[in-house]
Amino acid sequence: MNVFSKLLTSAAIGLAVSVASFAAHAETPDNMLVIAHRIDDVTTIDPAESFEFAGSDISRNVYSRLVNLDPMDLDAGYKPDLAESWEVSEDGRTITFTMREGVTFHSGNPVTAEDAAFSLQRAVILNKTPAFILTQFGFTAENATETIRADGNKLMITTDKKYATSFVLNCLTATIGAVVDKETVMANEVDGDMGNTWLRTNSAGSGPYKLDSWKPNEAVTLSSNPDYYGGAPAMERVIVRHVLESASQRLLLERGDIDIARNLNPEDVAGASEAEGVKIADELKGRLMYLALNQKHPELSKPEVRQAFKHLIDYEGMRDSFLKGQYTIHQNFLPATYLGASDENPFSYDIDKAKELLAAAGVDGLELELGVREAQERIEIAQSFQNAAAQVGITVNITVGTSKQILARYRARELDIYLGAWGPDYPDPQTNAGTFAYNPDNSDEANATGLLAWRNSWDTGGLTEKVAAAVTEGDRDTRVQMYLDIQAQFRETSPFVVMFQQIEQSAMRDDVTNWSTGQAVTSAAYWQVTK
Amino acid sequence: MALTDNKGEGRASLPPWIKTTLLTIGSIAVTMLGLLFITFIIGRVMPIDPVLAIVGERASQSTYDAVFLELGLDKPLIVQFLYYLWDVLHLDFGTSLLNARPVSEDIARVFPATLELATLGIIIGILLGVPLGVVAAVRKGSWIDQIARVLALVGYSMPIFWLGLMGLLIFYGILGWVGGPGRVGIFYVDVVPSVTGLILVDALLDGNWDVFKDAFSHIILPASLLGYFSLAYISRMTRSFMLEQLSAEYVTTARVKGMSEWDVVWKHAFKNIRVQLITVIALSYANLLEGSVLTEIIFSWPGIGSYITTALLSADMNAVLGGTVVVGLIFILLNIFSDLLYRVFDPRAR
Amino acid sequence: MAEQTLREWLLTDTPTSRRHAKLSALYQGWLSFRSNTMAMIGLGILVALVLIAVAAPILSPHDPFVQDLGNRLLPLGTEGHVFGTDSLGRDILSRLIYGARITLYIVALVALIAPVVGLLVGTVSGYAGGWIDVVLMRITDIFLAFPRLVLALAFVAALGAGIENAVLAISLTAWPPYARIARAETLTIRSSDYIAAIRLQGAGALRIITRHIWPLCISSLIVRVTLDMAGIILAAAGLGFLGLGAQPPSPEWGAMISEGRRFILDHWWVATMPGLAIFTVSLAFNLLGDGLRDVLDPKAGE
Repeated sequence: MNVFSKLLTSAAIGLAVSVASFAAHAETPDNMLVIAHRIDDVTTIDPAESFEFAGSDISRNVYSRLVNLDPMDLDAGYKPDLAESWEVSEDGRTITFTMREGVTFHSGNPVTAEDAAFSLQRAVILNKTPAFILTQFGFTAENATETIRADGNKLMITTDKKYATSFVLNCLTATIGAVVDKETVMANEVDGDMGNTWLRTNSAGSGPYKLDSWKPNEAVTLSSNPDYYGGAPAMERVIVRHVLESASQRLLLERGDIDIARNLNPEDVAGASEAEGVKIADELKGRLMYLALNQKHPELSKPEVRQAFKHLIDYEGMRDSFLKGQYTIHQNFLPATYLGASDENPFSYDIDKAKELLAAAGVDGLELELGVREAQERIEIAQSFQNAAAQVGITVNITVGTSKQILARYRARELDIYLGAWGPDYPDPQTNAGTFAYNPDNSDEANATGLLAWRNSWDTGGLTEKVAAAVTEGDRDTRVQMYLDIQAQFRETSPFVVMFQQIEQSAMRDDVTNWSTGQAVTSAAYWQVTK
Repeated sequence: MALTDNKGEGRASLPPWIKTTLLTIGSIAVTMLGLLFITFIIGRVMPIDPVLAIVGERASQSTYDAVFLELGLDKPLIVQFLYYLWDVLHLDFGTSLLNARPVSEDIARVFPATLELATLGIIIGILLGVPLGVVAAVRKGSWIDQIARVLALVGYSMPIFWLGLMGLLIFYGILGWVGGPGRVGIFYVDVVPSVTGLILVDALLDGNWDVFKDAFSHIILPASLLGYFSLAYISRMTRSFMLEQLSAEYVTTARVKGMSEWDVVWKHAFKNIRVQLITVIALSYANLLEGSVLTEIIFSWPGIGSYITTALLSADMNAVLGGTVVVGLIFILLNIFSDLLYRVFDPRAR
Repeated sequence: MAEQTLREWLLTDTPTSRRHAKLSALYQGWLSFRSNTMAMIGLGILVALVLIAVAAPILSPHDPFVQDLGNRLLPLGTEGHVFGTDSLGRDILSRLIYGARITLYIVALVALIAPVVGLLVGTVSGYAGGWIDVVLMRITDIFLAFPRLVLALAFVAALGAGIENAVLAISLTAWPPYARIARAETLTIRSSDYIAAIRLQGAGALRIITRHIWPLCISSLIVRVTLDMAGIILAAAGLGFLGLGAQPPSPEWGAMISEGRRFILDHWWVATMPGLAIFTVSLAFNLLGDGLRDVLDPKAGE
């Protein structure tokens, strides 16, 4: 407490009247886990459609998948979940899963291979945002019933060519791999939507938790599934309450009104860690913070200019100040902990070097527009960069907007510079390689808005073919080396200034154990948590 | 009212009160139509792409195109507007693009939150503001008058979001006297069945005192804040209305006749200002009901103000339009209500 | 009359010319205004604000944009940073001083745009009457029925964030009351005998509105504008707080509060200082407006 608070406290003691009796003081019940989190990004909880962070948290706990990641042992990679085992055909194109027996959905219906086949087919046919995770294997609405089929206790999926098995299975651990209850879902079908409208706000899973309610921008309430095949979870009720402000989350935590606060800023983490009964857990996440230079801009497309910008970031200054504890310096497109991720960070804050490079490119005095969404840490990174750029004679005008405003312009290739974040979609290197360094058709007409390289009009200088080759390579070590090579070339030639990788700091009450937000590879899990 | 007014044209046309009613309804309809149209246009010229708002950053072009058609964005603007209007006339506000629920369901959830907050706020404002204004007028120039003046001026001048932050810091963070952000403590979420949507009322109906206490501890700070801002306005207006009355001849006469000061002030002067006062209160109430966006944001209050704002910034136009209709309607109705009072009570306006 | 001082000349009961009468009235107004201490305090603060804004480069101890990540979030009273530093290590005092320019800029622009639009709509509506009146007043009603901040938000969201658009948005929400006032005044003036006389002399509608009606509406508008200034400042700060006003690194006060609220628990001054600045300035406008109302429009006041 500082002087100000002390003064106020003493001044206010005289006023302490009956109001005090209204204040809620309570500890959360032993069998209940209460989490403060920003959940305003949840727009749908249909696993075939859901693609936001907070939505993935819900799905992870409500739906089981064929293969899944164990929150207590994430390094092990995918493990059997609803599929007990699997075999790969000789040509490497067909995987046959054997389903676990005796598992039931929350509705009481048994989980069958037919449900699993239906879930994947449904995701492909609905073709919602995350569908690309499956369709990249050649599944289409037309061939879905042949390429994904159930036979008794077996599920067979056949890809259009041979891929690394780990790549296919990693994709199935994503939210879109969730197995839904066919009977329940189809009972709620409206106008041939395969239950999409209903599943957006309801659930039909077999996971450790059942969804009680989701109130947008308010709260998500889950209760434990006593019949979960892996054993009923310890926390019988989980409430995820939407709390926007870091300060509010911290106050709630310090007062014992919640168990876990997930969105504290560095200052509040520092403050909360001093509070009694609070501990902090760090997890390295997959999200990267990067700056992208639009190659349509005549000056930004010069190789020296691209390199100069990589020296205009005060990496250490930012990491040690307003990003403290929540971001680590990382200059490669594969997040640390990913297969083949490089840990080389050759660039440092060097104004003179940047000046030299700009002079070599013959650039003198530039005015650029930088788009960034209205999140404080990003605005601050933008301002720090703006400050550095001013020192080499480059004027950067910052345009702040909602994510939707800025994104629309980024996708339309309109911004000079975009400052943003990118999180991997599934735990395989292809997820980032396939967007940062892959762009088969750089023309405007291609409209490949999903590819970061395309958005910045970068033809990748030959990396596209290398990425395509790496994804089909079956040998693990060879594959790792291929990605290392791609990243080395990417660092030196790309118009992307990858700056930081996120560390998620969860602040929680002392008695909470086994908390996992899923590290870089998946989302938060609640069933292993105890208090 | 004007039922005895026979000055109308020779032919026996509609009785005047029907005419007035029809005119009023007509003007409401026109205003609402205008309101909708402007909101609709704003939504369409906004540089936010509603399709992108739904499908997100990673969507492929085919996904994008499918949603584009689904939303009917390929049709001309005016056609889209007419479609929308048709639905609204059937009380269908459409589905929120962002949380896949009917907008009417959303509004039924968020509006009671605002209603509860605004009502408590205006009650505080009236209970404190009116007596303060009256006393300040009676004791013009005294220290009470000065205090009332300062209170009001500070109220007019304070950035509400800043005062809210400070209030939260002091009364919740440091002192712990009140509940934190949100409508109710986490354990009490969904404990009492939602009948009216007003948690305080629902808790009473259910006889659950714990929930009532908890909800009260959450609402008291933001409500006091809003109450303070309406107090500033109400007390100033009360004071100036009262001064006008107190300087009137009938007051002097009453005093000369030896009527007690209490009776002069409350039975005569105050009685004469109540219609004006109700207008002022209706106006403040309307302003609070519009959803005090900033207060709601600071206190994580899931009300209509923050609902419309969030929707607006994410291009969820169905939600914005629905919210605007509700808020606009309330505003207009409260205006008409105070107009009516004027006609009923104020002889000059007849 | 050679002995007459300027003061006596101004206070005369028998003005010798129209100009003399005008000046005399002005002076008497000033005298009664001057005796209002609160209003004088308000005026004093505002004059100081203007001076600060003009002399910002001289007064501010640091460049408001220069960052120093090593010295961020310094507390109040630090050597060289009296009001401390913000998240990027910028001097808060210097930012407040430069922010005064932005505040004045916004206030001045809105005070020019909104009343003028209101005056135009109101006088035309009141003078023309008939269907023009109906249409214009209906439009005014529509804008009045909008939730104000939401309308401003929508407008800024549509045009893009920035000071100029924030000014336009606030003006858009502020003009209807002026139109109502102007229309009411026009209705009273229009039916007066002297306007009838002027009309008989053959003056056109345009001339009557601009030369005879406008000047009479202005004093009540000025009072209203001054009283609204505080509201304008608060609205601008609200937009800034929501990130829709001035863009970074501009030291707009509302945006500064928004940046500082993240540190409210441990570094409360970062959000408090700009909050106090906004409060002081809008209080000054309110004090001034109260005083002006007493002078210019006695019947509306106490």
